Amino acid sequence: MSDVTAPAPGTPVLDIDGLAVQYRTAAGTIDAVRDVSLTIGRGERVAIVGESGSGKSTTAHAIVQLLAKQAGIVRGSIRFNGTDLVGAGRKDLRAVRGRRIGLVPQDPTVSLNPVKRIGTQVAEVLVIHGLADRKNAEIAAIEALRRAGLPEPELRAAQYPHELSGGMRQRVLIAIAIIGGPDLIIADEPTSALDVTVQRQILDHIDELAAETGMSVLLITHDLGIAADRADRIVVMSEGTVVEQGTPAEVLGAPTHPYTRALIAAAPSLNAAGDVDRALEPLADEIRARVFGGAPGDPFSVLDRPVAATGFDKHAADVLVLRNLVKDFPGPRGAGTGVNRAVADVSFSVPRGQTFALVGESGSGKTTTARLALRLDDTTSGQVLFDGRDITAARGRELRELRRRIQLVHQNPYASLNPRLTIAQIITDPLTAHGLGSGADRKGRAAELVDVVALPATVLGRRPAELSGGQRQRVAIARALAVNPELLVLDEPVSALDVSIQAQILGLLASLQRSLGLSYLFISHDLAVVRQIAHRVGVMRLGELVEVGAVTDVFRSPRHVYTRALLDAIPGRGSRVSPSVSHSHHTRSGVQP
Amino acid sequence: MTRYIIRRLAQAIGVLWAAYTVSFLVLYALPGDPARLIAGPDATDITPAQLDALRAEFGLDKPLIVQYFDRLVALVRGDLGQSIPTGRPVTELIGEALPSTIQIAALGLLLAIVFGTGLAILATFSRNAALGRLLLALPPLGVAVPGFWFALLLIQWFSFGIPLFPAVGNVGFAAAVLPAITLALPTGATIAQLLSKSLANTLREPYIDTVWAKGAGPARVHFRHALRNAALPALTVTGLIVGQLLSGTVVAETVFSRPGLGRVTATAVAQQDIPLVQGIVLFAAAVFVLTNLLVDLIYPILDPRIVIGRRRVARVQTGVPA
Repeated sequence: MSDVTAPAPGTPVLDIDGLAVQYRTAAGTIDAVRDVSLTIGRGERVAIVGESGSGKSTTAHAIVQLLAKQAGIVRGSIRFNGTDLVGAGRKDLRAVRGRRIGLVPQDPTVSLNPVKRIGTQVAEVLVIHGLADRKNAEIAAIEALRRAGLPEPELRAAQYPHELSGGMRQRVLIAIAIIGGPDLIIADEPTSALDVTVQRQILDHIDELAAETGMSVLLITHDLGIAADRADRIVVMSEGTVVEQGTPAEVLGAPTHPYTRALIAAAPSLNAAGDVDRALEPLADEIRARVFGGAPGDPFSVLDRPVAATGFDKHAADVLVLRNLVKDFPGPRGAGTGVNRAVADVSFSVPRGQTFALVGESGSGKTTTARLALRLDDTTSGQVLFDGRDITAARGRELRELRRRIQLVHQNPYASLNPRLTIAQIITDPLTAHGLGSGADRKGRAAELVDVVALPATVLGRRPAELSGGQRQRVAIARALAVNPELLVLDEPVSALDVSIQAQILGLLASLQRSLGLSYLFISHDLAVVRQIAHRVGVMRLGELVEVGAVTDVFRSPRHVYTRALLDAIPGRGSRVSPSVSHSHHTRSGVQP
Repeated sequence: MTRYIIRRLAQAIGVLWAAYTVSFLVLYALPGDPARLIAGPDATDITPAQLDALRAEFGLDKPLIVQYFDRLVALVRGDLGQSIPTGRPVTELIGEALPSTIQIAALGLLLAIVFGTGLAILATFSRNAALGRLLLALPPLGVAVPGFWFALLLIQWFSFGIPLFPAVGNVGFAAAVLPAITLALPTGATIAQLLSKSLANTLREPYIDTVWAKGAGPARVHFRHALRNAALPALTVTGLIVGQLLSGTVVAETVFSRPGLGRVTATAVAQQDIPLVQGIVLFAAAVFVLTNLLVDLIYPILDPRIVIGRRRVARVQTGVPA
């Protein structure tokens, strides 16, 4: 493998030909990658785009052969600087990893050893490859951290990973990837776990480093917008094969494959407002009367919903009003009387039958605000009004009554459903908890709700592990609807899902709102998603609400600098997509999960 | 740090007091006549007058609440009372038995840690999947094997079969080996079981992938990165294991006819020597509490995320994006 360092001029850095990767499971083999061929030239930036399960990450890991134990390369070649890495010996591979090919992993918060200092972890690359002794490696590590754009690298090098923010940790991982002076950097969704403004800085920085050193970049992403902004060439993958590749202009401007068209249509960052799947029919009146005819919070009562509570009354009072909300958490002990103010004087209201979106980056206090509104946490000061009633200090029975009228949908459908219960048990859980209806009533209602969220009746007896992410989030929505609530608090309900699934779930939520007059408090860090679903929006930063207004106004003429910065950070804004492509909803049916 | 230790010591005193209270309730306050217990099961012809005399001698004629505080005050002074059959102070009996027990317990703990850790590492490190599975099957077996039977096997093999170690007695290091192995078996098996699970989980962590991606070899990945992270849960259990070790000495010392705390315990229970039993219970509780305090103090050395003396500080939002 010594010839790796001196490739013939003109040889591409990476040349993958006919690659296939199989996973062996108890049930048989799964073809994660069927047929992938691509080349990356010297200094070229190539992006592989696809949804989860498309094989894009497996392809990336196959290059450095860091695949799961049960996976193996069954066909094809991976020529790196002219030498085939498939079938290369362990020692030869180790000489390439870290030195010739740097890997920037997906989630920086879990990708650094928690018990080792930053500097040591960066320096380790040089020590492993014998490029420097320990002492000189530590000095080189500080320089690498500086080049990766980390402020105060000397200080950071002496710290542990938990003392750094997610964005800082990603810069540390970039330093690890570049310190060996590689020919190629593989960045596997390097920013999907980060806030948008940080995301942009990190990607900018990788671009700068690539331009500076002439190294090639292979960027793996699910976001066509990011790929369009960053890559010289885009490779679209679906079900383990490359379905299309070309320059961003070619792929976005004239996509030839229906999957690419569907991906473009579904990518929120590439589309103007109103691209949610609004084609979904509202619920039939018959279903609406039968399933949601009961009183709010008491689905089995035969009473009709009072008109005021339907959300269709234009003059109805706001369902949720927050006034001057403040939440302090005790600061670290020894810091005197210092408190950590998570929410500072936040006031807004959620109109009935509409969606209020609360936007902000992690740590902005949006989730804390939602928890205060749900009365899961006590406020330090301020007022929470639900349906005109002050519930700031509600407890006991009053609080339980309230919980039947406000329901919550969590961010991660993989974590929010009890894996040991069947879907029917999960959906009827709120009914059981509040002692509503008989066992048979509940069972019947579960079947109806599953139908409302467009899942087949067969899921009722299954367990969450057998469902896809999108299906699980539908179950979570069905569970929230079980008690006939008036207000749903949706905490990042689509951020854990693929883009095409996101569009479907947002479509379902919009349809439910139109049919049932539900009000939503929608928490999100993703402005592109907010633009599609919300009527009003509030922007939070460091616990303060910096801007509130109608979605159209805020997006057209943001008043606060921070809102502008957030809007600018949305990827794909530079790429114009022809309207005919972005509105081709009919193609979306072709990409069912 | 000092404040933390003071708080933990206060907690330790609380635990000891609870141990005292529970053992007092079980031994003195529950239905049944302690005086009759003291007189022994064979004393069928004992007269009521003799029983009264016994009660007066051991303070059993006083109201329960008075007895409770009398004994508590004595305990604070370091007086655990007197053994009934011998009349000697309980502290003296425990003190005499202790050195020989410490010898086998310390050796047992050492063997358990060395072999438990070794087995766990070997099992996860081995490239041969079948060998790994075979090694991983050993710990459950080790936990399941009854201690006394294993001790008899050891005597059979290494005292009579190959006369390496003496089968009985407590003279010299050689005599401590077989009892220590008996003690180490279930303890080491628990450590091996836990550490191998923990190692397997740690090796699946994304940060281990980062190390592979640096070009590191398996030795670096296992020893420099995975082991320290995987050791944390095992350390917690090591604190609890000391209790297991103490109870193991009862069997080990009986089978190998060694004098020691285990034997004293067995005899005290057999002779219904109530003050001695209570003294041993309190002593065991003290050892247990101290070991766990020690483990908690070692924790922050291994894991920088844990800070003793103040609550873990949530990362303060600086407003400066990375």
